[in-house]
Amino acid sequence: MRLKHIVGLLSAAAMSIALAGVASAQDKTVKIGGIYPLSGNAASAGVHGKAALETAVDIINNAHPELGNLPLAKNAGLAGLGGAKVEIVFADNQGSPAVGQNQALRLITEEKVVALSGAYQSGITLTTSAISEKYGIPFVNGESVAANLTERGFKWFFRVTPVAADFAKIYLDFLRDMKAGGTKTDNVAIVHENTEYGTSVASVIASVFKENGLTIGLDIPYAANTTDVQSQVLQLKDKKPDVVIMVSYTSDAILYAKTMQALDYKPPMLIADNSGFSDPSTIKAVGKQIQGLFNRSSFAIGPPGSPTFLINEMYKKRSGGDDLDDTSARQMQGFFVLCDAIDRAGSTDPAKIQAALKATDLKPDQLIMGYKGVKFDDKGQNILAAGLVIQLQDGENYVPVWPKQLAKSAPALPYKGW
Amino acid sequence: MSSILVQVIVGGLLLGAVYALFSSGLTLIWGMMNIVNFAHGDFVMLGMYVAFVVWTLLGVGPFVGAPVAALVLATLGVIVYFGLIRSVMKGPMLAQILGTFGLALLLRYSVFWGFGANFMTLPENLVGGTYDVLGIKLQASRLLAGIVALLVTLGLHLLLTRTSLGSKMLAVAEDATAAQLMGIRPDSMQAIAWAIAAGATGLAGALIATFFYIAPTVGETLGIVAFVTVSLGGFGSVPGALAAGLLIGVIESVSAYWIGAVYKDIVVYSLFLCFLWFRPQGLMGKM
Repeated sequence: MRLKHIVGLLSAAAMSIALAGVASAQDKTVKIGGIYPLSGNAASAGVHGKAALETAVDIINNAHPELGNLPLAKNAGLAGLGGAKVEIVFADNQGSPAVGQNQALRLITEEKVVALSGAYQSGITLTTSAISEKYGIPFVNGESVAANLTERGFKWFFRVTPVAADFAKIYLDFLRDMKAGGTKTDNVAIVHENTEYGTSVASVIASVFKENGLTIGLDIPYAANTTDVQSQVLQLKDKKPDVVIMVSYTSDAILYAKTMQALDYKPPMLIADNSGFSDPSTIKAVGKQIQGLFNRSSFAIGPPGSPTFLINEMYKKRSGGDDLDDTSARQMQGFFVLCDAIDRAGSTDPAKIQAALKATDLKPDQLIMGYKGVKFDDKGQNILAAGLVIQLQDGENYVPVWPKQLAKSAPALPYKGW
Repeated sequence: MSSILVQVIVGGLLLGAVYALFSSGLTLIWGMMNIVNFAHGDFVMLGMYVAFVVWTLLGVGPFVGAPVAALVLATLGVIVYFGLIRSVMKGPMLAQILGTFGLALLLRYSVFWGFGANFMTLPENLVGGTYDVLGIKLQASRLLAGIVALLVTLGLHLLLTRTSLGSKMLAVAEDATAAQLMGIRPDSMQAIAWAIAAGATGLAGALIATFFYIAPTVGETLGIVAFVTVSLGGFGSVPGALAAGLLIGVIESVSAYWIGAVYKDIVVYSLFLCFLWFRPQGLMGKM
């Protein structure tokens, strides 16, 4: 089995070397691979991501002068490549790092994509980007936050989203502000799923908090595909932490919301780290049971008529009516950054795209996200990514509540639940 | 014993009853015709979607949804038997495994296509809220599922041991040719077994839907538990599945509380393997 895999990899590598350099700049379409969880437990997030990327393709391939300074929107196609159209070849990672890796290999060697984007779960972004690194194909990630993704010395991996360390800092400053306002925040518990995403985000939060004199009193890891979370909720109920931070995917987020109500448990403050608790299907399913939940975000739909509002309207036609959430918006932003680089490169040569990505310097008004810009450091991490704290206050809508200058209303405490 | 620990154990028992409930159909099919139905988890999933559709269209809870789910799934069971199982049973073991596995994927992706990937839930208090008994929280929806689990187990047990239909079904399971010589039609008996098993599974799905999320992939998560429950209880034994379900539920809950949620599967599966080492036929299975 293993030998077969190695032989397969080697022969695929040989083939791709033989075929390299064949790609011509005359191609009318630019093929980009998109690897997302289109089935499996995270399919809901993957399907929303797919809708976000399809919306981006619509914006790029057709003229949308109404979208302001958003790069590639004004005219149809990529001006830098003579108006070439962008085409995404989607592949399903099925929620498995191994499947994601095989799909990356297939997209690069058989579909001849010039770049990759994906793969939602950090654990799968980890394995798929290892393949693109090996083949020298640019990989732009818009949403995976595990710290180590940009700590591997990769030359072809670029990440647009803020990472765990940024969020940890946001949570820390937020909690300090709340403490100054008289809220108890001394005893913090982290409940996290145990794949790459949950484990790394939890450990980064723990270390950033520790450096700043805040200790994590209780750490509860669990498996995301679990059938039951009663014991974890009872552990929290027993230890009575002041603040509970949840790092979860969708299915487990829903189970926690339901179980907390069934066991009548309300922490004084509940913070969720995006993902599962940002998934529109979670909010639709259990939003009314988690009122007062804090979350992080870098996206706001904006006032009617604004570019983000118009993009959201376009997105809703593809998502079955769901609004753009933070995760799918970050995925879309990642894809725009990649296409902008291809446009500036004026070529589908991977090395030229890589050089263009390195030279990326987008300003806030060219983005759909609330970042301070997009500019990559040597590790491929966007150093201008930023975020804010939102709260589920108004039925099924998140409202920005922190920091003050970006807030639409004040943080409401204690946690209300249902 | 602290009240939290009591709550952990009670929670485990209720969880275990649910495991037992959705495992009984799997064990029945095995007992009747030595077929492992890999589509079992997806039958549970279909039961959940039937309950969801009934609620969306009629605005009523599991008291209507569960019987409807049982009927729909029983019909599907008969169709599956005549359309697939009867032919693959004549083939090699591998054909049976792959046949039901293919069916599982067909059902999963059909639901995917029809309902989309979104997670859905039934409203929280469809069955009533949560009872507080001496500080122990009992969720009405889980309690209902637990009671139905006991009734279904009892009903299936009585059917197999006390009725002539049950005797006929067991006769076919024992020796189909001999049963045929006695004037029993194996085809009808096995179709009935599929109807009952799938019906019970649909019922289970509809009840689980009142406190679980509904998604096309939920069968994957639940299917594995059903297989463990059935092999621990003894393939083919309905009371065995009940005992095993309760046991697994309590062990999971207590180990998740004491040792940690990530370790509960290690505890459950190591105990499971140790147990099979000494008693490969399971708790109540026959060698």
